[in-house]
Amino acid sequence: MTGDKLVVENLNAWYGKTHAVQDISLSFPDKRATAIIGPSGCGKSTFIRCLNRIHETQPKARAEGKVLLDGADVYADDPTEIRRKIGMVFQRPNVFPTMSIYGNVAAGLKLHGGYSHDEMDRLVIESLKKAALWEEVKEKLDQSALQLSGGQQQRLCIARALAVQPEVLLMDEPASALDPISTARIEDLIFDLKNQVPVVIVTHNMQQAARVADRTAFLYLGKLVEVAPTRDLFERPAEKLTESYITGRFG
Amino acid sequence: MRPPKRLRRRVKSAVLLGLCATAVLITLLPLASILLECFVNGAGAITPAFFLQNPPPPCNPGPTTPCPVGGIQDALLGTLLLVVVASLIALPVGILGGIYLSEFQDRPLARPARFLADVMTGIPSIVIGVFVFGIFLFFAEQGWISSFSITSGYTGAVALAVIMIPVVARTCEEALRLVPVSIREASLALGIPRHRTILRIVLSAARGGVITGALLAVARAGGETAPLLLTAGFTTGAITGLSGWTPSLPVLIYYSAAGGYANTTQLAWGAALMLVLIMLLISVGARLALRNKFGGRTA
Ligand SMILES: Nc1ncnc2c1ncn2[C@@H]1O[C@H](COP(=O)(O)OP(=O)(O)OP(=O)(O)O)[C@@H](O)[C@H]1O
Ligand SMILES: [Mg+2]
Repeated sequence: MTGDKLVVENLNAWYGKTHAVQDISLSFPDKRATAIIGPSGCGKSTFIRCLNRIHETQPKARAEGKVLLDGADVYADDPTEIRRKIGMVFQRPNVFPTMSIYGNVAAGLKLHGGYSHDEMDRLVIESLKKAALWEEVKEKLDQSALQLSGGQQQRLCIARALAVQPEVLLMDEPASALDPISTARIEDLIFDLKNQVPVVIVTHNMQQAARVADRTAFLYLGKLVEVAPTRDLFERPAEKLTESYITGRFG
Repeated sequence: MRPPKRLRRRVKSAVLLGLCATAVLITLLPLASILLECFVNGAGAITPAFFLQNPPPPCNPGPTTPCPVGGIQDALLGTLLLVVVASLIALPVGILGGIYLSEFQDRPLARPARFLADVMTGIPSIVIGVFVFGIFLFFAEQGWISSFSITSGYTGAVALAVIMIPVVARTCEEALRLVPVSIREASLALGIPRHRTILRIVLSAARGGVITGALLAVARAGGETAPLLLTAGFTTGAITGLSGWTPSLPVLIYYSAAGGYANTTQLAWGAALMLVLIMLLISVGARLALRNKFGGRTA
């Protein structure tokens, strides 16, 4: 398919002998948000962690298959370069505890080097604005990131990921630890962000998938069962398995 | 009516609390009495001259003979020099070793290295003194160093460094392990290379523990006597850099207290008080350093 930013072909992933992701092929078009749903333990996190090659940083973890970013094989490139291009937001906010709010957002830029102070300031402000956090923190950029609330910390993590100008954004249940208001803000954010970069979001919340995603993929026991435009998947699932999952009649 | 069970629980709780409080008292008692004893016996020796003189010949005061207490000038300087040079060796080696133990656990060398570090912390320090002395003796026999350098400040600093390295490495390892995987992943996911993630993100997140470990090691080295007896030597004269016999506070205390003369005993008490105060200063300094710049304490 042309126009796909990220293409996954026959991806397999293991933890030791556990075959967590089994032969998944899936592509992610530009300027779209794709949701990944499925029961706990079906391999959603493992799958997206293979896309930016974070999976292989764990002991005994291994991946095989092809992931193409703009047609170039991610697994043939330098992993640090890939991780800069494919950003990731985790389930729990993981701010750098000894850094200020500004320092957190600037961390990627600083440690990559090659940015002037003005550029850095501009990118930090821009990212905080995109992450809908600027108004809340503009007066206290030099204060500890730990003093922010959980929802603010998560938006800070989003800003931090955006600051290095990724070409794809992966999000692993980014709102699952948050209250409804923070969740709504993050959903709005995803809705805006997807116009700039393709967003892949893992979620347990089917309403959330329906609200933010253009396409939804259903995973079960490490395999891809079905992928379709979100509305079709929820209203007319092609597979029996998908239907029983989304209607809550499972097992 | 109150059920008797609840009463029994209250009594149990009170007894246990009492036991804990007693244990705390027992722990603090020796510490308090050491401090008190040092102050009572040593405070009198500490005058400005105490810092500007060296140990006197031993004597007991008579009606006509003057019997000065002397001072610790060069021993204090010697201890500072020894500890600084030992730290220059031990901190980089220890911290890098700690990083290896914590961040490269899956490497085949990690387990034996950790075991070795644990064994090393348990080796009596006099043995380390003998060991380092032996090594320098060997160097001298080979003609690599002058035989005058066997007993020198450098040898002493190496002996202190050998004592410090395993302490620094193991505390650094523990501190790094406390940094959650999620912080490492956050950094890696930004495309920050592994070495920079470790040195700039993980080490920074663990800095509280690393600094504590370093200061613990410094304090330990500053108070060591046995390894210095064989390596740094001692002199009541002036210090000549680290290349010759180098006096230090603990060894000064050792020699001064031994004779039973009034003036050197007084000097030993003064030196002991100074040593205790320096250690206190270091640990208070550590606590202040650990308050991070945002006002809270880091882990
Ligand atoms: N670090 C690990 N070591 C060993 N096995 C793991 C590890 N992480 C995950 N697994 C296994 O891999 C499988 C897939 O896990 P994964 O975390 O990808 O599931 P998930 O779909 O994200 O689940 P959840 O919705 O609960 O987050 C599970 O069977 C899990 O037990
Ligand atoms: Mg998961």
